[in-house]
Amino acid sequence: MDPAVRQAVLNAIPSLRAFAISLCGNVDRADDLVQETMLRALANIHSFQPGTNMSAWLFTILRNHFRSEYRKRRREVEDTDGSYAESLKSHPEQQGHVEFNEFREALAKLPPDQREALILVGASGFSYEEAANICGCAVGTIKSRVNRARTRLAELMSIDNVDEFGPDHTTRAVLAGGDR
Amino acid sequence: MQAAIDQKKPGAKLSREIQAKLGQQLRAVYDDVVNQGVPDRFAALLEQLDKSDKGNS
Repeated sequence: MDPAVRQAVLNAIPSLRAFAISLCGNVDRADDLVQETMLRALANIHSFQPGTNMSAWLFTILRNHFRSEYRKRRREVEDTDGSYAESLKSHPEQQGHVEFNEFREALAKLPPDQREALILVGASGFSYEEAANICGCAVGTIKSRVNRARTRLAELMSIDNVDEFGPDHTTRAVLAGGDR
Repeated sequence: MQAAIDQKKPGAKLSREIQAKLGQQLRAVYDDVVNQGVPDRFAALLEQLDKSDKGNS
């Protein structure tokens, strides 16, 4: 393996995992997705164009693989939109800080197209053009998905007022919910 | 001031402040995972792939 390729793959893994978890909502499943992505990428490394963005290429493979798997599964078992949120609840401790659970739940309720667009642009740091390439759609489509995702997130978190939003609000909700 | 609470209509354009807050939370959630680094299984997998690569050539 070319050391530069090896290093580029290694560098992309943390972000690939974060993207995979945001797609499927389950850490174990996400890690399997990342592993399958690495195997596919290295088996097809000849089709990678040197000088282009390795990370974007890996994201594309992961995203397409997830989509085809997801479609397959959907045919096998009736997979409702609630399954993502359910899988989030089953492993909350693996997802990181609890103060963001409210946000995670809202994120989980977004339609998959909107969620992936928002993550790619808002968290993975891809440009609208790169995100459009990864998702195989027009730049304008990505922009409108990101906008709709933001609006929906704000609605889901019922933000009427910025003061209500953020860790303080979450902390109050947690304190109100559980007495100990 | 309490009187400053503005009633947002559904579908109204989000304020810059709310967008910034949403962006912050999104990155925090994402970075929680990114900061976990590379789990051992992936480092081991790469090593294994590297070995079988060398065996073939």
